[in-house]
Amino acid sequence: MKISFSESAMKEFQDILTRYPNKRAAMLPTLHLVQREFGWISREAMEYVGELLEVPFSEVYDTATFYTMFKLKPMGKYHLQVCHTLSCALRGAGHLCDHIREKLHIDNGEVTEDGKFSFVKVECLGSCGTAPVVQINDDYYEGLDTQKLDEVLDKLE
Amino acid sequence: MFEKVLTKHINMPESRKIEYYEKHGGFQAWKKVLKNMEPDQVIAEVKESNLRGRGGAGFPAGMKWSFVPKTTEKPHYMLVNADESEPGTFKDRLLMDGIPHSVIEGAMIGSYAIRANTCYIYIRGEFVKEARILEQAIQEAYDKGYLGKNILGSGYDLDMYVHRGAGAYICGEETGLIESLEGKRGWPRIKPPFPAIEGVFRCPTIVNNVETLACVPYIIERGAEWFKSIGPESGPGPKLFCLSGHVKNPGVYELPMGIPLKELIYEYGGGILNDKKLKAVIPGGSSVPILTADEIDVNMDFDSLAKIGSMLGSAGVIVMDEDTDMVSALLNLIHFYRHESCGQCTPCREGTNWAEKLLKRIHSGEGTLKDVDLLEEVANNIGFRTICPLGDAAAMPIQSFLKKFRHEFEAKVKKNVA
Repeated sequence: MKISFSESAMKEFQDILTRYPNKRAAMLPTLHLVQREFGWISREAMEYVGELLEVPFSEVYDTATFYTMFKLKPMGKYHLQVCHTLSCALRGAGHLCDHIREKLHIDNGEVTEDGKFSFVKVECLGSCGTAPVVQINDDYYEGLDTQKLDEVLDKLE
Repeated sequence: MFEKVLTKHINMPESRKIEYYEKHGGFQAWKKVLKNMEPDQVIAEVKESNLRGRGGAGFPAGMKWSFVPKTTEKPHYMLVNADESEPGTFKDRLLMDGIPHSVIEGAMIGSYAIRANTCYIYIRGEFVKEARILEQAIQEAYDKGYLGKNILGSGYDLDMYVHRGAGAYICGEETGLIESLEGKRGWPRIKPPFPAIEGVFRCPTIVNNVETLACVPYIIERGAEWFKSIGPESGPGPKLFCLSGHVKNPGVYELPMGIPLKELIYEYGGGILNDKKLKAVIPGGSSVPILTADEIDVNMDFDSLAKIGSMLGSAGVIVMDEDTDMVSALLNLIHFYRHESCGQCTPCREGTNWAEKLLKRIHSGEGTLKDVDLLEEVANNIGFRTICPLGDAAAMPIQSFLKKFRHEFEAKVKKNVA
């Protein structure tokens, strides 16, 4: 299915282009925009970005698949990214992962059946002083334990 | 008595607002530079201050700037490295979140010094909130006439943009960052040519860390002599230390460069969590060689740590208590490097993969003494054999953990010795 930006997203895209001396440099911001508009980055979306930026599909694919934040399949409405690198691991990130597995019945990289939650273990989120930390969509939740995580999750509609 | 400079205003209400920043002396340095200083005078002052890069390598910032050609046949670019992703490091986030205009002002002065008319702040993609804060701050600076065309009547033009990464440790390496900014995968480039000659869009480019640039307005305002009066001469200044792991009070502490590590952990950090004993400390972000509890009588500066075989790096101090399983800790780090290896160079791509496999085997109790030796050999064949320092960053933890905690690795495989 062919996709295209909404009018407001297209306006944003045009503004992005003005920041760089060539179209190719707008790749990451454009992919971010695609992900925000469509929820994830499909093959069709990559082809669309290729047309917009005048670069071959293969190069869009090459870039999009390199970065961990770009979702190459649909994920949950609330995407739980649990940092499990050393400082978080020392302060109990493992318990958070176990808790999510038990509570939501999903493993690393999976989505709940109702599509509400997805869970991935991620590398250092740069918030080691308030470990352990979980990023849910755009927001950081810091200094968590299983009880505090429950409180956060239970509030999500 | 040391007075906080970089973080003095953090946690004050309105500290993100330009009015607050101006009220407390903000943009005075920028005005001074535009009115009274030539680019080369700015470089000379920063050179004189001996400000060394806060991102990890500790390269003198003024000297780096001086490598940029004086002519402007091609456009010049200033890139702010806000990709903060070295495990154990979370200081730049604090600056961008708490006092974004200090970062912006430093970037403006740096741009002027290297004759750049465009500046990109490359911020790691996960820092969504901080990116918004910076964008807001940049807009405020445009509205006040500190950015844009003919700034404050000086004839100097400067545009500044926030550019978000998308999750890749390697983009903190300056040429990886450049490739990423150009819209490609973050594969580091072979140097030379160095970015100062040929960087982003094949133009002269400087990449500076957030904290490095945040120091610059204060150097311009108070002078190089003031900066040099703080901490050791070989690498002076106020410094942000990140404390995490098994300490009672983790967080970012602004202290003079050269503060004793012991004081940082026991006085500022409040000591070890649950009053346990200390086992080990990584002093400068996960890539630098680990220290044992007996090695913490060391000052936190570039030279003192180098002298005992480690590094100040990004000043990310990760503390581990007596109960920490060192095999598990190393496995955690090597998993990180395996995941973040960009795949360009064979020693790093294959080596980190093998190192993780060996560590998993040792950790599960299925390994042998030969695996421990092989792990060391693998590390010795990754380090200093790759385009960028990620290979070295993966090798150094393995080598230092094995040197200092080998008995823990051997204990895990002992039952398989016979």
